[in-house]
Amino acid sequence: MLDWGLVALDTAKVRGATYADARVMDIRQRDLSTKNGRVGTLAESESLGIGIRVIANGAWGFASTDRLTRDGVQACAAQAVSIAKASALAKRHDVVMAPEQSFIDTWQNPFIKDPFHVPLELQMDLLLAVDKEMHRVPGVTMSEASMQFRKIEQWFASSIGSRIHQVKMQSGCGIAATSFKKDEIQKRSYPSSFGGQHALQGYELVESLDLLRHAPRVAEEAVALHQAAQCPEGSGTIILEGSQLGLQIHESIGHPIELDRVLGQEANFAGMSFLTVEKLRTLRYGSEIVNVVADARLEHGPGLGTFGYDDEGVPAQCTPIISNGLFTGYLSNRETAVTIGLDRSSGTMRTESWNRLPIIRMTNVSLLPGTWSYDDLVADTDDGIVMATNRSWSIDDRRYHFQFSTEIGWEVKGGKKTRMFKNPSYSGITTEFWNSCDAICSREHWTLWGTPNCGKGQPMQTMGTGHGAAPARFRNVKLGAAFSKA
Amino acid sequence: MSAQKKPRHILRPNQAIAAAEHVLSETTLRQIADKVFKLSDADETEVHLDVTSDALTRFANNAIHQNVAEQMLTISIRTVYDGRTARATTNKMDDESIRRAVLASGRIARSQPKNPRLLPMPGPQKYAKVERFSKTTAAATPADRARAVRGVCALAEGKGQTAAGIFATGAMQNAIANSKGLFASYQQTRAEFSVTMLEKDSSGWAKANAASIEAIDPRALAARATEKCASSRAPRKIEPGKHTVILEPAAVLDLVGFLFYDFAATAVQDQRSCFNKRMGKQVVGRNVSLWDDFSHPLQLGAPFDGEGMPRQRVLLIDRGVPKNLVYSRATAKQMNKRPTGHGFALPNEWGEAPMNLVFMGGEHSVQEMISSTERGILVTRLWYIREVEPYEKVLTGMTRDGTFLVEKGRISGGIRNLRFNQSVLEMLASIEMLGPAVRATGEESFEMVVPAMKIRNFHFTEVTKF
Repeated sequence: MLDWGLVALDTAKVRGATYADARVMDIRQRDLSTKNGRVGTLAESESLGIGIRVIANGAWGFASTDRLTRDGVQACAAQAVSIAKASALAKRHDVVMAPEQSFIDTWQNPFIKDPFHVPLELQMDLLLAVDKEMHRVPGVTMSEASMQFRKIEQWFASSIGSRIHQVKMQSGCGIAATSFKKDEIQKRSYPSSFGGQHALQGYELVESLDLLRHAPRVAEEAVALHQAAQCPEGSGTIILEGSQLGLQIHESIGHPIELDRVLGQEANFAGMSFLTVEKLRTLRYGSEIVNVVADARLEHGPGLGTFGYDDEGVPAQCTPIISNGLFTGYLSNRETAVTIGLDRSSGTMRTESWNRLPIIRMTNVSLLPGTWSYDDLVADTDDGIVMATNRSWSIDDRRYHFQFSTEIGWEVKGGKKTRMFKNPSYSGITTEFWNSCDAICSREHWTLWGTPNCGKGQPMQTMGTGHGAAPARFRNVKLGAAFSKA
Repeated sequence: MSAQKKPRHILRPNQAIAAAEHVLSETTLRQIADKVFKLSDADETEVHLDVTSDALTRFANNAIHQNVAEQMLTISIRTVYDGRTARATTNKMDDESIRRAVLASGRIARSQPKNPRLLPMPGPQKYAKVERFSKTTAAATPADRARAVRGVCALAEGKGQTAAGIFATGAMQNAIANSKGLFASYQQTRAEFSVTMLEKDSSGWAKANAASIEAIDPRALAARATEKCASSRAPRKIEPGKHTVILEPAAVLDLVGFLFYDFAATAVQDQRSCFNKRMGKQVVGRNVSLWDDFSHPLQLGAPFDGEGMPRQRVLLIDRGVPKNLVYSRATAKQMNKRPTGHGFALPNEWGEAPMNLVFMGGEHSVQEMISSTERGILVTRLWYIREVEPYEKVLTGMTRDGTFLVEKGRISGGIRNLRFNQSVLEMLASIEMLGPAVRATGEESFEMVVPAMKIRNFHFTEVTKF
């Protein structure tokens, strides 16, 4: 497959490109789902093609095709150059990229069980059994369970001499129970909402999550929420459980640090960022205990943002984003790094598939663990609310103001978790929120959560990102605006 | 395979491929489907073919920074063995890959329990004719788009503003064939232009989408965005609360678009629809009527659904009363109704949904809405809308790129962006004025035909910093 990339580079050069890279990607996916005890989706797909990115006349062009023949690849490369020359009709300056070494390498994430070799019957039997366990609980009006597996094999070649072969195996699963009663719909999910947990692992991920054991609890909580008290309005202390905190990191740290946003490249769609360049190493983003990294390296864990090399051939790195509360780093690529005077890209160019242009994406943007045990954190909280499992999320287009709601909450009084709350929500301003963090749980409570559905770019690309988080406490947070009638 | 060192020049220098060059004839589509039928030993076999040829020119900071094109042909095969069905999809079009996809579909189908609700595939159907393919659009080149973008960037620079946006053109085809003799095919072009104009503390936005590039006027859209940006400078902070609001069509679209799945019969069966137990009741205002109408002249999309059933025009809300749902073949059978041609490709857990929503419009211009307002807020566009509560259909989100205070019948200036938490049902029960229904396009919902609306007591809960 690498040979198609070399054909593309040769053609691009002949056509006048001063730089070119090409990605051949072969993506295989399996989707299984059940609903109310019956099979929902049951499908496999594969997609193979090449994406070719070039600079010609000082401007970018990109073309992609699934016609992997000599004529098809040459035409595609010629088209990319032609598009670049059209881009040059409306350029302000020539593209300049930060220097990068060339690499010849192979990388694959480790996994134990190839999910595509696990019999479909076994996977579907598990989903149907889990679904049945939830649906048998009186009051459950809808039960859902799903698994998704993805194998991405890619061959990268660039005109600076890189030749990189990577294989990523990704697994995910989740369950949810919904209960409609009177005028209210309540829902509980496990291990997280909107598809569950996803990671760069094999079928061992599914086995480790023990869906069958959690199914009755999930269903019972969905029904019990109807009897729970409404989460109060006002301001107060909250403890966010790990998966919700992972999404909080994603929205209020991960997106604002994308340098393409900061520089206005996403202004029309995904938006910009409040983190303008003068804030680097001057803004107090969070409290002293807040430490955040963007880490694509395998040693960080099997996150959806883990890889060997990004999609412009830059090796995986760990970039300190927030260090003891101070804002210290952006997510960059070779082009934007130069724009703000950095020596090197932080290696975050990623593409959804062969037919999409690589753009700056989160890798694993994680809050590093603190020192608290979970029990001690609750015991130390006199008056607060534990919130778990995301239900809705929204943030403005510069990533200042956010609002989240969760599926469930529990009141904490005098250091003990007491009654259940329904409809919990909280809102705030990003930096005020992170500066109100006064406790983070330790490594043993830390999970590298996977967000498989991050949308960005035009045409839209969906990307998986990782977010390590342990439960953490925040003070003086605004509560209940989502359900306010005032 | 080995690479040949000297590439052959198969295109003239600087020639780009336009979408028109990727359109397949009906004969070719049928030949591919017939190849699958010959390879399949299933009880029934269905083939979906999707041909995509899209290009998008993206600009920011008054220059093109991304410029892309893609071509793809995908074949998706569904087989049925003894009441079991599954789908396998590939874009590898060699004979061996297609054979493997047929086998994979069968292997997956046989791995599951029998589905007693699975219906036999439908036979041949008749479809309404819709013409949504523009040769001019299919022939658009990167240079065509670049020249338009250059003009827009020059306009921005002339005003001291910064432009960002996209200009996209493309063509698509899809076809469905099954072993019962059903064959349906459709082709369409699409052109889209979106622009945001930026100043230090303000922004303005405009966007249009149509089947034909000739219906898109980038310079006019850019001029509108420029004006919004200039007139929202130095935004004031106003207190959140319940305000009269004037929503331009794109803002209406992005809110009411969240209702689309609530009209699915499956969603009502699953008790997740906001119309569950509300059908036939006065749920929203008498000035709200809504259809799903694939044939409306401002709509795009195929005249058939994911099983090849002909789409029907369906009255969903009649003067504020939810009247009808849409049905796939399976849900129609279960609920003793006729299929409406809104089913998704099988197998799926979602059932069906209306994809061509058309609201009844009114006669009031946005200017009339402003003139009649003592104090209110004019909203250009909304952003990051999410469902907070599904049964009352409470949505949250932010205003963006042109939010104005209206005082004493005129726009008095820009205001900082606000967060709302608003029930869509309550909103549709509080409409004071409606504009003409137009094809609207935003970023949160697919395109619909909707009017601008003036609404009382729209619930803003917080304000952001810009």
